Amino acid sequence: MTTKRPSGRKASEMREMIAKVGVVPNADGSAIFGFGNTIAIAAVYGPRQLHPQHMQDPSTGILRVNYDLLSFSVSDRKKPGPSRRSQEISKVIGWALLPVLDLKEFPNTVIDVQVYIPQADASTRVAAINAAALALAHAGIPMKDLVSAVSMGKIDKELIVDVDKDEEDYEEGEGATDFPIAKISNSDEFTLLQLDGKIQPELIKEALLMGKEACDKIYDVQKKALKEFVK
Amino acid sequence: MKSKITEEISEEKENSEERKRKIVIPGEVIISGDDYLPGEGVRRDGENVVANRFGLAEIMGRVVKVIPLSGAYVPRRNNVVLGRVIDITFNGWLVDIDCPGSGFLPIAESPRFINQHEMDQFLAIGDIIAAKIWGIKGRGIDLTIKGKGLGKLEEGFIFRINPSRVPRVIGREGSMINLIKDNTGCQITVGQNGWIWIRGENIESSLKARKAVEYIADKVYIEGLTEHMEGWFTKN
Repeated sequence: MTTKRPSGRKASEMREMIAKVGVVPNADGSAIFGFGNTIAIAAVYGPRQLHPQHMQDPSTGILRVNYDLLSFSVSDRKKPGPSRRSQEISKVIGWALLPVLDLKEFPNTVIDVQVYIPQADASTRVAAINAAALALAHAGIPMKDLVSAVSMGKIDKELIVDVDKDEEDYEEGEGATDFPIAKISNSDEFTLLQLDGKIQPELIKEALLMGKEACDKIYDVQKKALKEFVK
Repeated sequence: MKSKITEEISEEKENSEERKRKIVIPGEVIISGDDYLPGEGVRRDGENVVANRFGLAEIMGRVVKVIPLSGAYVPRRNNVVLGRVIDITFNGWLVDIDCPGSGFLPIAESPRFINQHEMDQFLAIGDIIAAKIWGIKGRGIDLTIKGKGLGKLEEGFIFRINPSRVPRVIGREGSMINLIKDNTGCQITVGQNGWIWIRGENIESSLKARKAVEYIADKVYIEGLTEHMEGWFTKN
């Protein structure tokens, strides 16, 4: 079956992935993750004392994520500084990661995750989640498992994996649908499901199955990156 | 059946002398079987013993644990740490020891009597001290400077390495750090939080000691590092 993908990729073909840990020397843990032209760099600081004090939780540590696009990452210069979009995605990334973290050991502290996108070609939030999961593992934070994330999509009537910018802007037929998901790597639990566009209910099941396969491939890349940290 | 299990355990003990280690990532199954006990950084998930954090997995007899390779310092009781005085309160000093929670050194824990109004003559803001952690309470870490080699550090310089590399820099029963001290003639104090203080006779020897420490922190995965460093000192 020929696909409508502008890049000519097969429906379940992902862009080339890159992953590396230990890229930010001053951070306690850091990682870079990329899908083709989309690149995310994550740095983890902490656990460290949380200020302001009224935000401290004596029963557990808290996770604070800051996601942002750098101003030169997109073709129309992005105005620097926090925006509605970046705040929302920061929150969503935090929620996607929290189920695998165990921060009970670090009461009254915060773990700061800074994720920046130096180069964007759609699917930035899932690249950010993958990078952040690697950086948290590298920082030695107790984790049940890793998280792998991928953006599923639908152009016209066809389901695709790993959406890029051209596909996000697809307008023919039923148009484009963006469906980012995040999955706990060694189990079938999903920690992020978002949907932007239209999709038939029966296709969601199919998309999740395709996404699961893609997440397994991403997990292999993440695993390799962590193991290669020690040459 | 029982004898089979004990056989396996004794076999494992023989293997553990070779110290088979492998890098594990969170969620990775280290080993399966009911005989193993999860230690630090490890949890049991049904049949399997699973890593809870990123590091080197080590199986010592029946206990499985994960040795961290990276990450921030987590304070433990009886650790010697280096810190910087950041504030003076009416009954002690607040010390930044580079970890979650702040260190507190009470006035009563100083080795001699200190007048409450002249505390800054003993330790002023910005001074570096070597201290021992004697207790960790809900919020705050209590320090003491009663003990050999503890107290204010004067002259010399400090620098940081990754806290997870500290055990290798110290070596078994201090073998590595003594090797560096003997070869450079420097005074060195290594804090478990990764801060290292060096004072030497001259700049050259102190810099050489620093270079040696940074070399060890970098080459942390080599086996037989102490012998390797002996060679390093004859070469440099």
